[in-house]
Amino acid sequence: MATVTLTKLTKRYGNIGIVHGINLDIADREFIALVGPSGCGKSTTLRMIAGLEEISAGSIEIGGRVVNDLPPRSRNISMVFQSYALYPHMTVRENLGFSLKIAGAAKEDMERRVAEASAILGLDTLLDRRPSQLSGGQRQRVAMGRAIVRDPDVFLFDEPLSNLDAKLRTQMRTEIKKLHAKVQSTVIYVTHDQVEAMTLADRIVIMRDGHIEQVGTPDEVFRRPATRFVAGFIGSPPMNLHEATIDDGQMVFASGERLPLPGQFKANVATADKVVFGLRPDDIYPTGHGISSGGAADVHQIELPITVTEPLGNETLVFVEFNGTDWVTRMLNPRPLRPGERVAMSLDMSQAHLFATETGKTLRS
Amino acid sequence: MDENSSARLKRRLTGIVYRIGLFLAMLTICLPGLWIVISSLRPTVEIMAKPPVWIPQEISFDAYVAMFSGIGKGGIPVIEYFRNSLIISVTSTVIAVAIGMAGGYAFARYRFRGKSSVFLGLMLTRTVPGIALSLPLFFLYVRLGIIDTHFGLILAYVALNVPFTIWLIDGFFRQVPKDLAEAAQIDGCTRWQAFWQVEFPLAGPGIASAAIFAFLTCWNEFALASQLTRSVSAKTLPVGLLDYTAEFTIDWRGMCALAVVMIIPALTLTYIVQKHLVGGLTSGAVKG
Repeated sequence: MATVTLTKLTKRYGNIGIVHGINLDIADREFIALVGPSGCGKSTTLRMIAGLEEISAGSIEIGGRVVNDLPPRSRNISMVFQSYALYPHMTVRENLGFSLKIAGAAKEDMERRVAEASAILGLDTLLDRRPSQLSGGQRQRVAMGRAIVRDPDVFLFDEPLSNLDAKLRTQMRTEIKKLHAKVQSTVIYVTHDQVEAMTLADRIVIMRDGHIEQVGTPDEVFRRPATRFVAGFIGSPPMNLHEATIDDGQMVFASGERLPLPGQFKANVATADKVVFGLRPDDIYPTGHGISSGGAADVHQIELPITVTEPLGNETLVFVEFNGTDWVTRMLNPRPLRPGERVAMSLDMSQAHLFATETGKTLRS
Repeated sequence: MDENSSARLKRRLTGIVYRIGLFLAMLTICLPGLWIVISSLRPTVEIMAKPPVWIPQEISFDAYVAMFSGIGKGGIPVIEYFRNSLIISVTSTVIAVAIGMAGGYAFARYRFRGKSSVFLGLMLTRTVPGIALSLPLFFLYVRLGIIDTHFGLILAYVALNVPFTIWLIDGFFRQVPKDLAEAAQIDGCTRWQAFWQVEFPLAGPGIASAAIFAFLTCWNEFALASQLTRSVSAKTLPVGLLDYTAEFTIDWRGMCALAVVMIIPALTLTYIVQKHLVGGLTSGAVKG
């Protein structure tokens, strides 16, 4: 059990910067997800924490101890790899007990801890098999078992679910969450899948090009994205984002269409400002088919043509044309709609987001 | 129905054709070996007969008995030659494999300046025929005073085998996923332990095959050995074959008998090691 503190952590390969001096405080027993597109530096950051990658500058503390130059084995961490990295020449039992064997643990102690871990993960019947005789999900569980057995201060997960099929992924996601509740360790979890990050983490760190864009709880990054990038990255389907120019309390889009300026931003913008207007699919809906957002303070009505509909059963994604592109909207209690039909849409402007075009930062005060 | 039965017939016929082809190929490969064994058991007249006598008329182990009868009774110092061959082949194989492992691992895992040119350079040394080196080596060894010694031949064989072992072992280490060594380090291993506990067992089959190849190269090498060794204390078995040539005659039967004596250990070793040469050991390590 330990805190993890990254201070100005930097990674460079020659002249190419990969991670640019990030700062992050992770609390004891916290579940942190590092999320971002590929190449954003999240895996490199994790590997630096693990000690598999040397750091170029800055420092890493685990449990208050600076571990910058310590080898992986001295950091008391364990890691689950995307590829699982099970030792193919050992049985499941030997895989689980390997770290204890290396540490020179007593035989009884080793057996007890392997039994504990395999009980938690339901591996009891597989102990004498080799990794090649296991399915993907089972291998994944063995990889997690190997991590648990060590009883580490910090668990590191490097995209552990990306090799599983969609159904198994959902199932293992739940297992990881249960596991964290049971073992109560600090977890750092790297993923490119924002749904995994949202469902698992206490706090999410969104990274891009080696910088941290935002750190916050799933609710914070969803409801109050700090940048245009976060707004577009978190949420499925993604937020609708459109560039506009402010003109006399209204937003003017490239196509000439206008929308009123959301009330909460009026004080923060002036005429001729370039902004990016964002609205989640949940906050645009055919009138009468939306989520009531408590008071529905600032609803704007507009009639738009439908291009495509995607029925999902309990809801339908309705694509409507606005400003020359498609807007994704979410219709609850769906009714049949035909492409080409013009429908009255409700835009809940109280939920709208506004970002400065130049910096990408939110204009929320 | 008709289509199916003709397809079945065609499949059966192709199978038979394949088997005949395979039999002919195997016959071509095995015949010289078999011929040596037969020739070691029959009189010289029959060996030299034209047209060849396919089925031996009389069989005797005289050549083998004579071989071990000692000098003066048609024998040659076969025990000494065998010992020399064994010492030289085993020592140079162990050294070549050790260097091959270190080099192969470095080429497979690390990035360093001039890596590809060094690798290419190593491979280019294989293009020089060994016999071309024998005269320069001879002069060099005479100067250094290591002519006609075990050490001299071991040195030459190590140099001959190292590029090959590095190349072969490099390929096998490349197949062992990098993640495994990293996982082992997180599990508490030092870099060194991770290598011996995880990477070495997985590259084992490759290292074993490199060892077999290196051993057989040394065991069967004639050109260099015939130049660099002179006396009973250093001559290897292939060089020993020359003992059967006199000024005007060649004892073909004796030569074949010695060849059989040479083949047996090599065959046994290959047989023992070949079961470790199973590939696909790394399957299941990582999801492909």
